[in-house]
Amino acid sequence: MSDVIGSRAAPPTAATPEIDLEELARMRRRRLERVAAWVLPALVMAAMLWGWDWMVRAYAIPHYILPGPGRVADTLVTEWPSLAASLMITLKTTFLALSLAILLGGGLAVLFSVSRWAELSFFPYAVILQVTPVIAIAPLIFIYVSDVNLGLFIIEEKLVGLLICAWLVTFFPILSNTTLGLNSADHNLRDLFRIYGASRWQTLWYLQMPAAMPYFLGGLRIAGGLALIGAIVAEFVAGTGGTGSGLAFRILEASYRLQVPKMFAALILIAVTGILIFAATSLISHLVLRRWHESAVRRDR
Amino acid sequence: MSDGGGQSGEALIRLANVTKVFGGSVAALRGLDLALDEGDFISLLGPSGCGKSTALRLIAGLTHPTSGAIRWRAGTQPDLGVVFQEPTLAPWSTVFSNVWLPLRLRGVSRRAAKAPVEEAIASVGLEGFERAYPRELSGGMKMRVSIARAMVTRPKLMLMDEPFAALDEITRFKLNDDVLALQRQLGCTVIFVTHSVFESVFLSSRIVVMAARPGRVVHDIDNRVEVERNADFRTSHDYVERCHWVSAALRNAMEAA
Repeated sequence: MSDVIGSRAAPPTAATPEIDLEELARMRRRRLERVAAWVLPALVMAAMLWGWDWMVRAYAIPHYILPGPGRVADTLVTEWPSLAASLMITLKTTFLALSLAILLGGGLAVLFSVSRWAELSFFPYAVILQVTPVIAIAPLIFIYVSDVNLGLFIIEEKLVGLLICAWLVTFFPILSNTTLGLNSADHNLRDLFRIYGASRWQTLWYLQMPAAMPYFLGGLRIAGGLALIGAIVAEFVAGTGGTGSGLAFRILEASYRLQVPKMFAALILIAVTGILIFAATSLISHLVLRRWHESAVRRDR
Repeated sequence: MSDGGGQSGEALIRLANVTKVFGGSVAALRGLDLALDEGDFISLLGPSGCGKSTALRLIAGLTHPTSGAIRWRAGTQPDLGVVFQEPTLAPWSTVFSNVWLPLRLRGVSRRAAKAPVEEAIASVGLEGFERAYPRELSGGMKMRVSIARAMVTRPKLMLMDEPFAALDEITRFKLNDDVLALQRQLGCTVIFVTHSVFESVFLSSRIVVMAARPGRVVHDIDNRVEVERNADFRTSHDYVERCHWVSAALRNAMEAA
């Protein structure tokens, strides 16, 4: 992710021997900051783990109330087969919901930008869906869903319910950000497109979509995290056991059995997944925007 | 004050008694009569609110008159090139793609557009910057890209809306020279909106001075010169005198408002 400017701006070192003290101090500070950005959080993490471990030992807390970090790590290894299977299920729900949100949220945004009437008619309902807590709608959803037959394959009832719940919390940031982006194209550029007789489609493709890209990607970064949250929340509500259950069910199941270390292990997997999703969407955003958008361009001063 | 219009045959474009009212009450233009001849470099000069930009938008077809008519000699609007006050480039596109845009919208492929686009970029002195992005360029260079984009279709009519108002004076002088050179090369008609007396005297063969509230023409000045419009002209006694003359006309227009 380094070297954003690329070949165009010469690096300040090497070629330029004339460096004053102020410049030198700034370069040193910048180098230090780059290292600190990784080292400091790692130190905090180490200190917290040490404090946790010390507390568990010092007060002799039983592991069914609060296990030490070592025991959680052990559980992560010993319970890996069941946890990994559940992780895959949760990941599947998360990414399917995110894909649907991109398709339907983005598609709806394009529809809104093409038809002002559609936007006026439907946008308020998108807001209502967004502000109603999904956990309150979920039980109803699970009553009404049934298997969906797509010809080639059948999506089973439970997955349909999970996807609807996760999609409900995921699509709005993409819809609202993309709508804003499509409408924020430079007005003089719009005039230029009109003067050159551009079709509606050309204006959408060559002007509005690129202009909306930073907004869409900002929505995607929020939506990625929300997809995971939506999937987990839906799993809690669905609450069905068996082999095809996600991480949320593993947490519920472990809590009934007082397997607190396993609850922590599942929690860690969820947190790591969330971090990876955020990192991945941030990386995508950076790669797409680094050539031109202010948010992704590194400044010298 | 001599009349610069209508000296040679039928005008390229004729605005007949054009009125443009916004929101039912604000008259941006009232009864505008203007005949513009082919090959002229026409400056629309006036204070803000005199409707000079509205006149340009009407000619560009971006808006339509409330009453009156706009008539083209050929019956339809010819190819236009447009330069706005801001460079108005697509930040996500390279210099090449920005200049390619007008051709691309007509379905010209990148390969077919390569020669005319590179020629246009070269004619504004930006060879070697084809792959640069707008944010890597200075304000003057961005404006050059904007001009290259406007001329890539070899338009018959170039519309410029205060294109150099936001630039420093040194850059502006340089771009003034470039615009004159380009007009000579393309042989196009230029309508140039400005609020600078000095720029209008330096550039144009005809200066239309407008007054505000409602926008209308108050003076129509023939500003053809015998000498070449270059650095010598800019420092000549003749130039200074013409600036005096046009300044007085502009003051007069502002008092008339």
